Amino acid sequence: MPSVVEALAACELVDVGRIGYAPALALQNNMVERRKRGEIPDQLLIVEHNHVVTMGRNGHMENVLASPEVLERSGIELHSTDRGGDVTYHGPGQIVGYPIFDLREWKRDVIAYVRALEQVLIEALAEFGISGDRQPGATGVWVEGAKVAAIGVHISRWVTSHGFALNLDTDLDYFKYIVPCGLTQPVTSLRALGCTASRADVTSSVARAFGRVFERDMRGAKMETE
Amino acid sequence: MIDVEMPQMGESIVEGTLTKWLKKPGDKVERDEPLFEISTDKVDTEIPSPVAGTLAEILVEEGKTVGINTVVGRISDGAASSASPAAPVAASTPAPAPAPQATVAQSDGASHVDAAPQASPAPVFAQGAGTVVEETAGPLSPLVRKMARENNIDLSRVKGTGIGGRITKQDLESYLTGQTTGQTTGQTGTAVAPIPAAVPAPPKAPAPAPVAAAPTPAPQPPPAPIPSAVQTTMPGAPPAMRVEPMTIMRQKIAEHMTFSKHTSAHVTTVHKADMTKVAKLRDKLKGSFQAQYGFGLTFLPFVVRAAVAALRQYPLVNASIEGTNIIYHRDVNLGIAVALENGLIVPVIRNADEKNIVGLQRSIVDLSTRARSRQLRPDEVTGGTFSITNFGSFGSIFATPVINQPQVAILGIGAVQKEPVVIEDAIAIRSTAYLALTFDHRLIDGALADQFTAKVKSILEDWTEEVM
Repeated sequence: MPSVVEALAACELVDVGRIGYAPALALQNNMVERRKRGEIPDQLLIVEHNHVVTMGRNGHMENVLASPEVLERSGIELHSTDRGGDVTYHGPGQIVGYPIFDLREWKRDVIAYVRALEQVLIEALAEFGISGDRQPGATGVWVEGAKVAAIGVHISRWVTSHGFALNLDTDLDYFKYIVPCGLTQPVTSLRALGCTASRADVTSSVARAFGRVFERDMRGAKMETE
Repeated sequence: MIDVEMPQMGESIVEGTLTKWLKKPGDKVERDEPLFEISTDKVDTEIPSPVAGTLAEILVEEGKTVGINTVVGRISDGAASSASPAAPVAASTPAPAPAPQATVAQSDGASHVDAAPQASPAPVFAQGAGTVVEETAGPLSPLVRKMARENNIDLSRVKGTGIGGRITKQDLESYLTGQTTGQTTGQTGTAVAPIPAAVPAPPKAPAPAPVAAAPTPAPQPPPAPIPSAVQTTMPGAPPAMRVEPMTIMRQKIAEHMTFSKHTSAHVTTVHKADMTKVAKLRDKLKGSFQAQYGFGLTFLPFVVRAAVAALRQYPLVNASIEGTNIIYHRDVNLGIAVALENGLIVPVIRNADEKNIVGLQRSIVDLSTRARSRQLRPDEVTGGTFSITNFGSFGSIFATPVINQPQVAILGIGAVQKEPVVIEDAIAIRSTAYLALTFDHRLIDGALADQFTAKVKSILEDWTEEVM
């Protein structure tokens, strides 16, 4: 009887708001371990970081244009991290999404996963009349040649961490400290593109698109205190 | 020997870049323990070991991109043989130094957790009681036996998902998760935590205990908020050490220094220069420099000027090595080591031979000021052909500097000091300084190094005001 509608697997949306990079990393690692043990379903962790420049495993220090000391003086942290990709900036006004996602229950394909993350963001942007696209060889989401969202992922036993950073009303001046992902193309934000949508609205669009693209039943989740 | 292959991480993927080996040859590895990392597009992936054993050899170096299914390394099947019940393999294996307990509990990696149980000694069966049932598909690893025993698991009720239906640690964990919800968090921890008494206790940190135990004064910088920060097992006790990640700059310096020491055949020769003439001239001009140019006059531009003249005379010292070729540089681009609060940078005075003392002093002041305020452009710290380091400014008499690759020599100047000197059987008070030239003996022999340094010395000693 094919008429029975199969229930979608759940994905919990956890929006913790503003959080430092290191605590967010610890939270991700905790979620990854629990996801590996099957204690929790897939998670979409949404955060907003304080000013931080992070270096991926393939990062090149020459793509950080300012020295650690200048960064420190400007109130910007510098962090090495285990995600893919080069150097990136996170800060206030960005919607940062960290899906803790077991690819074994979706597709065992890391590239398909990255393309799907792009799809999520493209669909979310479309809800605000913004037409994002992909650029071959340059992972991320682009609008008219400017990068609006960056992607960098880490995978351990098919469980993902890290994810995407979408510029909502980020102060784009901060990108001058780095060469984003080693590319010299410009960056942009929803605000710079004339979109005035609120953080809450864009976040829920992203979450809905995530559910659609990955075929997950998105649920709100309370933060557990451990 | 088991081949470890570059895995295919997706349908469209034909190759991957091996970014990091997480184990060294000779390291023990558990099945499913992260073994290496690969990078595809913007995705970094930890690849677990397919078997337990010892990493025998690495065939693909870090940074290499290879096609999928390429053999990247080999694992000798050590631990697998322990499946034979009688062989006390675990006992005969030298117990690895137990990973600090706190790290096991705290760190991100399942790797540490997996590593510890290797230490478990053999007598699994002596106390195995009735709970461990042998009639399971496939052999069992010592870890699985131990976990089963400690958690009183009937292994015949656990479904194995490993090779040939073999029961893995994950299978036990998911079995435990399913059975005892609510108690699952930290189950991995409890399974491995009781390290048997046979294993020597982790060595206590010897000497600095009283220091560490003393209440740390408030102004100490707060520990970096990294999740893996070491905590002692004793709650409330102050930690015996503090873990702080190196800054990127520190990592780069470390890398450059060891790279240089591995690359060049460092030899240092030391000459003593009579700096009296230069010191007198400097005293005379210091005031007018400040008034006329807005900066003072130090010994450094004199040394730079002398070194530039000597480099012109001995171009091999201004060269570098590329493979088996000698690269002679037309320009003299002089690096000046500048100490920063937490590091070191070597900005470059380009075409230093075209500058007089005023121009050199101006460049030195400008570059070092901007180095300290981190305003240097990338092209101002590259392309040097020779370097000078002024350790004398910190009071050092002489030191043996490390060559700034790919250069072949570096000149260090010690502090200028007044001392009694014998001149023609009379004792005089002179200002002297040691000039220490570290040179790459692959390219420069001692005779040339000493000719060069003697040239620098003689220019400094016979300085005339016209050479300003």
